[in-house]
Amino acid sequence: MEFELTSDQKLFLSTARDFLEKEYPLDALRRAAQDERSGFDRGWWRRAAELGWTSLLVPEELGGGSISGHGVRDLALLAEQLGAGIAPGALLPTNTVLAGLVAAHGTGPDHSDIIGELASGEKVATWAVYEPGGQWAPLRPGLTATPTGDGGFRLDGTKDRVEAAPQADVLLVTAATPDGTAQFLVPAGAEGVSVTPQWGLDIARWFGTVQFDGVHVAADAVVGAAGDEAAMERQFQIALLIQCAEVCGGLTKVFDMTVQWAFDRYSFGRPIASYQALKHRFADMRTWLEACHATTGAAAAAVQENAENAAQLVSVAKSFVGERSLWILQDCVQIHGGIGVTWEHDLHLFLRRATLDQSLYGTPDDHRRRLADLAGL
Amino acid sequence: MTANAPETAESVEEFRARARSWLAANLPRLDPDAVPPLPGDDDHLWLRARELQQKLHAGGFAGICFPREYGGLGLPRAYQDAFTEESMGYEMPIILNIPTFSICCATLLDVGTEEQKRQHIGAAIRGEEILVQFLSEPSGGSDLAGLITRADRDGDGWVINGSKTWSTSAYAADYGLCLARTDSDKPKHEGLTMFLVPTNAPGLTINRIRMVDGSTEFCEEFFDNVRVDASAVVGEVDGGRAVASHQLFHERNAVGGGSPYVSGRGATPTRPKSDPFAVALATGRTADPEVRTMLGEMLTLSAVRSQLRARVSAGIAKGHLGPPAASMLRLFHAEHSMTEDDHALRIAGATGGFGTGPEPGYTGLAGVSFLGRQGAGLGGGSTEMSRNIISERMLGMPRELAPDRGVPFNQIKRGSR
Repeated sequence: MEFELTSDQKLFLSTARDFLEKEYPLDALRRAAQDERSGFDRGWWRRAAELGWTSLLVPEELGGGSISGHGVRDLALLAEQLGAGIAPGALLPTNTVLAGLVAAHGTGPDHSDIIGELASGEKVATWAVYEPGGQWAPLRPGLTATPTGDGGFRLDGTKDRVEAAPQADVLLVTAATPDGTAQFLVPAGAEGVSVTPQWGLDIARWFGTVQFDGVHVAADAVVGAAGDEAAMERQFQIALLIQCAEVCGGLTKVFDMTVQWAFDRYSFGRPIASYQALKHRFADMRTWLEACHATTGAAAAAVQENAENAAQLVSVAKSFVGERSLWILQDCVQIHGGIGVTWEHDLHLFLRRATLDQSLYGTPDDHRRRLADLAGL
Repeated sequence: MTANAPETAESVEEFRARARSWLAANLPRLDPDAVPPLPGDDDHLWLRARELQQKLHAGGFAGICFPREYGGLGLPRAYQDAFTEESMGYEMPIILNIPTFSICCATLLDVGTEEQKRQHIGAAIRGEEILVQFLSEPSGGSDLAGLITRADRDGDGWVINGSKTWSTSAYAADYGLCLARTDSDKPKHEGLTMFLVPTNAPGLTINRIRMVDGSTEFCEEFFDNVRVDASAVVGEVDGGRAVASHQLFHERNAVGGGSPYVSGRGATPTRPKSDPFAVALATGRTADPEVRTMLGEMLTLSAVRSQLRARVSAGIAKGHLGPPAASMLRLFHAEHSMTEDDHALRIAGATGGFGTGPEPGYTGLAGVSFLGRQGAGLGGGSTEMSRNIISERMLGMPRELAPDRGVPFNQIKRGSR
């Protein structure tokens, strides 16, 4: 996504790639999916955390640190690398929660301990923000947090599409309070919390439905303050950025693979890359791919700087990448021919992930309407 | 070329402040609410552009990045950028940017003779001369080098015969850079020469082409024994391909926003374009979720277009991408422009293509602009050519069959239309 990397960044990324390929090559993921094994290896995740996968957004005084001094951009580069390998794990959910906790740090109850535990890989966290059957509406939760009189709250309701829920130790839950939408940190093992698996298209990510049935939390479970939407917007931006960067990584891999296929595959005595009907589609795809990288890179730079237009630029990126990734991937399937729709081929692994990413955290159309809102139309 | 140290010690910010007060005192403000008129005869716009350029020159704000010895100010790019920013909202001679300054003068600066540079660049900066390009021909669009207009030696000069087309605003011009075949025994790219031809030369007839949107800025020219002196040759005899490459480079650079010789920014008033946002406001449909989705998509494509521009320009400048990558900008620009036309028409809904009373208004304009929708995929080389360049030169895919490659031009097969 970025043309010029420091030697530290290059080392960070190549280490991440090797680490992923060693434990979770694409073939292993395909086999695991057939065995219906669920979840990723927690020991592997702790070692991933030691490599820095969960420290990039966390300031040094809270136990984190970036590679280049620009943690958000480092994270986007890492996501791109992991997207090229359909990584399992909790990169998006844990870093999204960390983004919120770090943004709210100093504005409400102290969560330094949990920040440290997430950064070290000891714990995994996730954002419980969707509700069954609902579209993207983070500021209109149906789940209620009722004050209990002792400063604490009682949570009632259900969340779904909660990534890594079957393995999460901590849930960041959006809830309606008398003072507006608030977020609460809830241990997955708290009384009244029950997690059931939810079917999802991606073979290397696991989702769950989480029910909150009279769950009591203390006053210090609140993140920031009720009605304060800044931390949530930051989480949203980080989630979108990781998502778009992952998709860019996968797209580049699939595009290169398809170009190579076009050179190697012959029909009627010539490589299919020599047919103008296909060359022109490759030209369109090459242009959209470059544009996907351009818009994701611009979003990363804006989120890094907390720029005023960061909200717009992540929506621009999602609106574009969410749509074009699927155009590109389906055309790559078409150019591969029948092999492209078989289980044995890698293409579907990328298409599965990109399809879910299209759906999550606002669809491209949701983001277009958000852009119209932000433009004051 | 712009590296000449300014003789003035004035900083960019001082220059900007001086430009701001000069603009306020000397140039009229544009009316942001004015509905653009339908395209049509636009001679008055060219007369007006000359007047405005003469004002800029008298005020000391013309040819900011051109060298001082050719009539410019010899200032670095940052001064031009500051002036352009300050000039927003003022009536500027935008139509002189392309091709006069950013393509023709820039090319003369690269490859012209000392005399050509002194005479023509200076005159253009003073608002006394407009230059255009005579490149395309009726017999071939994208296959530029297959042109058949010829120039034959005549004593120490040349005689040109043939015809040209799609020359933008030639009727308003004083000179045209004309590419002609000077040796038919050589392969097609090698026997071409560039000439600087005065538009009032005896034997040269210029007709205006009326486009579907009613605009008449494109022209066709007929050369009937047009005689030019040897001093009209730009670059080398039979070296016209190299000169044309400079022009094409400067054209891409200017369209892509990279030229230091472009002053001021904004739509060229000769060909108004549909505006989905203005249509949504005019039809009172901004609250419709479907309309908001389309407007959000337009905001997306506009942002991505400039992000892609920035990324590809930087990538080419630093060697991460080869020069053919610029074709991706051309392709994306066409997609953006066509989507703009499509969305404006869809948002106009039942009023698309109708005016309000006798005036076309934004909804009528959406229809007019839609008629010329494909222009964005044709002008400056078709999108099909861009797709060939990207697939062949960026991705290394096999080239299309070209039976004319390496063959003497007079042995190449030609069609009948």
